[in-house]
Amino acid sequence: MKIREQVARLGIVVAVIVAAVLLLRFVILPESLFSARPHQVETVGREMAKPVHHAGVAACRKCHEEEFQEKYGGKHRNIGCENCHGPSAAHVADPKAEMPRKPREREDCLVCHGYDPSRPNGFPQVDPQQHRPGKRCVNCHEAHDPVPPKAPTDCTGCHGRIEHTKKLSKHALVPCADCHVVADQHMIEPRSALPTKPDSREVCGRCHAAGSTDPLAAKATVNLAKHGGTYVCWDCHYAHLPEGRK
Amino acid sequence: MSNAIPESLIEQLSHQLSQVIGFIYPNEVETQWAILIVVYPYITGIVAGAFILASLVKVFNVVEVQPIYRLALLTALAFMLVAGMPLQLHLGHPERAYEIFFTPQTTSAMAMFGFVYLWYLMGILLIEIWFEYRHQLILMAQQARGLMKPVYGALSLFSKDVSPEALAFDKKASKIVTIIGIPSAFLLHGYVGFIFGSVKANPWWGSVLMPIVFLMSAIVSGIAMVMFLYILLSLLRNEKLDMRCLDKIGLFLLVAIIVDFALEALDYIHRLYQSEESIGILTELVSAKLFTSMVVVQLLLGMLLPLLILVLVRTVRFNEELRKLLYFTSSVLLLLGIFSMRWNVVIGGQLYSKSFRGLMAYKMELTGIESLMTALVLLALPFIFLTVLFKLLPPRWMESHAPGHA
Amino acid sequence: MNKREFLRQVVAFLPAAGLLRMLPGTAEARELVGAPPGDYDPTKHWYGMGIDTAKCIGCNRCVEACKAENNVPDEPFYFRTWIERYDIRADGETTVECISTRETRPEQAEPEDPSVVRTFFVPKLCNQCAHPPCVQVCPVGATFQTQDGVVLVDEKRCIGCRYCIQACPYGARYLNPVTRTADKCTFCYHRITRGLLPACVEVCPTQARIFGDLKGQADRLVRFQRVNNISVLKPDLNTEPKVLYAQLDGEVR
Repeated sequence: MKIREQVARLGIVVAVIVAAVLLLRFVILPESLFSARPHQVETVGREMAKPVHHAGVAACRKCHEEEFQEKYGGKHRNIGCENCHGPSAAHVADPKAEMPRKPREREDCLVCHGYDPSRPNGFPQVDPQQHRPGKRCVNCHEAHDPVPPKAPTDCTGCHGRIEHTKKLSKHALVPCADCHVVADQHMIEPRSALPTKPDSREVCGRCHAAGSTDPLAAKATVNLAKHGGTYVCWDCHYAHLPEGRK
Repeated sequence: MSNAIPESLIEQLSHQLSQVIGFIYPNEVETQWAILIVVYPYITGIVAGAFILASLVKVFNVVEVQPIYRLALLTALAFMLVAGMPLQLHLGHPERAYEIFFTPQTTSAMAMFGFVYLWYLMGILLIEIWFEYRHQLILMAQQARGLMKPVYGALSLFSKDVSPEALAFDKKASKIVTIIGIPSAFLLHGYVGFIFGSVKANPWWGSVLMPIVFLMSAIVSGIAMVMFLYILLSLLRNEKLDMRCLDKIGLFLLVAIIVDFALEALDYIHRLYQSEESIGILTELVSAKLFTSMVVVQLLLGMLLPLLILVLVRTVRFNEELRKLLYFTSSVLLLLGIFSMRWNVVIGGQLYSKSFRGLMAYKMELTGIESLMTALVLLALPFIFLTVLFKLLPPRWMESHAPGHA
Repeated sequence: MNKREFLRQVVAFLPAAGLLRMLPGTAEARELVGAPPGDYDPTKHWYGMGIDTAKCIGCNRCVEACKAENNVPDEPFYFRTWIERYDIRADGETTVECISTRETRPEQAEPEDPSVVRTFFVPKLCNQCAHPPCVQVCPVGATFQTQDGVVLVDEKRCIGCRYCIQACPYGARYLNPVTRTADKCTFCYHRITRGLLPACVEVCPTQARIFGDLKGQADRLVRFQRVNNISVLKPDLNTEPKVLYAQLDGEVR
């Protein structure tokens, strides 16, 4: 079959280009250029070899067993040393040359313990404006075992959000102890002695049942027998903000 | 560490951070794909559109459009040569770009489609142009003197056969190549749409219609560009315009606009009707961040107005001069409108948070690598390349130098 | 292991790693990914993280530790991990804030807003998906999943096209402005492969973050899966995240 002259010429050019590509790919250029796999393998090695900056509690403990035990007995038992002292792998490698920071300023503690409503219920917090403003926390609280100088007497320290909400509500003047029986032990080891919660409508009825003489509840009494069907009061009324809000 | 970060980047990001409305994931403050990635689909769209217009002549025998056949091919080539540049400039490591060809990952649309169809179309385009110009190149090689003689000789691949059979073969080959080329032109810009359309993380992009919408708007922009150039060149060279040709181009443009508009309208209606979770933030995106660029520029000025003009031109008998003016205006509006569409897709998709809770900003740099200046240079470059191509492969040369063969 | 041995490991680490880097050929011959220190076998592990949002106090120490451990730029535009605060009102209206981009902690908490019925913190990071969309789209294979379930980026081959950053539904990736390559949380791969915890887990004061091995037998994360109702972020996108959330509120995106 006769090939047209122009096709032949074009064919030669295309053939040369294809041949060049094949030659480059399979003969001239190294195979490693054409696969990502060996590079990925190398990357894993490189990644593993990156320097470690945080030593980890186990490393701190080698030299600071005393502090570790002190911390382990207290409320900060589960906080890694480097949370407060910063990355310390360099210190482990050369203790005298690289000293970790010692967070002694107020701000260092307020990072966790300054009041923030989004923190979980039960987490101890202080209002920085009210609680010994200007003073260093470490003056009264030993950082590794931060037992407060006096056992707390009110609930705001750990239940700040509830207290802040209640303060704005109709129950602002109702003490927590009116509805919750709190053992002293709760202030020392909270989870070991949980306060009670109201368990019947009659608990709320003490103030809110019809005929109640409580001056604060005078305008908010109901016929317990008829009001709210068989539900308990707190199914609908959030006790810390009983009037609700739009 | 901070000294290694360019000051201009910190400034840009600080500004963008201050412009955040609502909540965004913190890493979203940086606009990852900026103006250069708006320019890229715009340019490849014109390539695909111009090629498809040219294919109408060869494959569907629309003889009225023959006068702009070579112009369309050269336009496609001129823009094709620039197409890769915005991508190259955008990369964090342009010197590693070869890796896309050496170790393409088969699951990546960017690797696979770009790799195959970019080169496929480049090959198709060059072969097509060669068959179309072969006779002329041979004649130019014969008539040229000095440096240009071997250049044209080489361009003709030292072919010599100008017998009627050979010339007839050229025409046939050209047709076959074009037929093969049409799907690749579709795929060239379809894949760009797929790159966006396949991103499930971003509901502004991730849609089945995206590749098709991109393709249709590419066809609109390609035809509009050829029309624009045809009128402009006839003005600059003081040449007579073939009004039959222009009217035919206008007709194809009208059809393309109607299809494009229908598809884009379908996309919006569908979104609004389905009302998925993202609809809240997306409607806020359009009204707060994209109102001017989308409603005013893309829709009203860039699509509906040219549509109206082109319908008017077909229904009312305007004289030649007025028709030329109207076509020119429409093509300019369309080119602006399609650019705006690319902006609205690329930048728009990065102006809202994937948390659906916030909006961000994009502050385009005026100078620098990823900047307005670079974008304008890249958009001007194809016209410079086209000028060179016109000098090298003059489309009307045969008419004046070999009248019997034109 | 005594103090001396540990010190030797930490310090002699780098030259050993240098040696490892010179062995690409033999590494390729082995199917195991990477030459691990000691007898680390990546196929025996499948790492994940557990997050209990009810425990997070929003101290942001994890974010600081991560930046220090991994050389993440200090600027508030680049995060491998971050903390979000949610305020949810009774009508469902939700306000979210990223507390990690703040310049300083506010002097005093905002006045109490009684219309907020729920408020909490949510730590976020790369989910090290089992079906990662970022790996799928990388044009050059620079980002990949290791055999032990961590998604890494090869900063020597990444071309900085940013496609992976676009593909991540969680906003976990960013372009490192110094290396100009994609970057993200690696679960502190350099730490976990030698038995340490990721830096964020190491410093978390309330164990809101748990690190574990889903292939482990007596493992913290496996237990976490047992005792908690688990959810993941954006499950409808089928990325199969390996960061498991307990107590995840429905408003969290």
